[in-house]
Amino acid sequence: MDWDWNFVREIMPTLIQGVKITILATLLGSVLAAIVGLGIALARRSPNKALSRSVGWVAEFIRGTPLLVQLYFIFYVLPDIGILLPPLVAGVIGLGLHYGTYTAEVYRAGIDNVPRGQWEAAKACNLSARQTWSHIIIPQAIPPMIPALANYFIAMFKETPLLSAITVLELMNQAKSVANTYYRYLEPITLVGAFFLAISLCSVVLLRWLERRYGKIER
Amino acid sequence: MTQWSGYFGLILQGALVTIELALMGSVLALIMAFLAGMGRLSRFFVLRALATAYIEFFRGTSIFVQLFFAYFVLPLVGLELTPLQAGVLALGLNVGAYAAEVVRGAVQSIGREQHEACIALNLGRWHGLRHVILPQAFLVMLPTFGNNAIELLKATSVVSLISLADLTFQAQVVRAQTGNTMVPFATILVIYFILALLISWGVRSLERRMARGLDGVRV
Repeated sequence: MDWDWNFVREIMPTLIQGVKITILATLLGSVLAAIVGLGIALARRSPNKALSRSVGWVAEFIRGTPLLVQLYFIFYVLPDIGILLPPLVAGVIGLGLHYGTYTAEVYRAGIDNVPRGQWEAAKACNLSARQTWSHIIIPQAIPPMIPALANYFIAMFKETPLLSAITVLELMNQAKSVANTYYRYLEPITLVGAFFLAISLCSVVLLRWLERRYGKIER
Repeated sequence: MTQWSGYFGLILQGALVTIELALMGSVLALIMAFLAGMGRLSRFFVLRALATAYIEFFRGTSIFVQLFFAYFVLPLVGLELTPLQAGVLALGLNVGAYAAEVVRGAVQSIGREQHEACIALNLGRWHGLRHVILPQAFLVMLPTFGNNAIELLKATSVVSLISLADLTFQAQVVRAQTGNTMVPFATILVIYFILALLISWGVRSLERRMARGLDGVRV
């Protein structure tokens, strides 16, 4: 089977449509993951043992099970109890929840990495809890987190093709429908790979810049 | 009342396929990780370039796209793969690329003095690597390998989309036959989670075993 440039030109607009949805899902998912992660990280630091334990277990569970199954769960099981979500919304919630459990660890590490002395100094200066967080801890904790967070958002981007399984018309799904219409798999699937590689390589450049600007990701 | 025992058997069959896939994928990933990881540390430019290209390519594109490529596009160029072979190939190559960076990082984390000691003891490159560097580096790699194995387990669910009868696929079958969504999906979520717990438990005990006799060595 030979590579056909005319066919490529013909299917390009459809694929671009898909790319837009893919990027939209990644952006919305990232925002949700950032918020969910913060919620989980704060809940795990809570002095209330019952709360921190149960949130810890739920997060562990979500991290230990496949995103695809979670997406099925959100998309197919929730309607049974009366929550009917459009595919894209279900997908974004799935991505956000799944990666929220990862970003929670980033927040936790970032907060734990602020040296003890800073907490003690804040106390010595008679700062309230609020002032300690907003003026001392957060400004020092955030910059080292940024590259690590970006890393997870790139990982999320690469998981978005899973949304095609719950009928979101993103890049992969568009490519599959094109392929099934014309019975040509070579060009659509290869182009999807090329798109992903191109966007990932660009984001790696961005990540390197973030690392230089804000410090290395710790492994 | 649905006859759940029969359906549960179906899901157990799926669990076996998932375990098989995860094991074979892990073996391939481990081999690729050492090949590519050591390749990146090679003295020869060609080996370094090859290893870097492999790692960047497989980390840059999504596992989903790689799987579809292996299953739908490779037959067009004359390489016919069964779903299981395509799954093992995609999973192993993808996770292997991530693990290769772990291998590289761990080997580089071994201090200069260990390399110098090898030279002082007149060990050749291979012997130094085999008896001094790798035993210490392997201990550094293990925890991250455990995480990679869990990622691989989670990624096996994607294989259901190329019609391999793994856990997720069987859950869909049960769902189609019984019309019940909650039970099959909740069951497989729990099974995936138990498998993930088993992996992390296994890696932790392996770590304890390997650390024995390396007392006093900085890990």
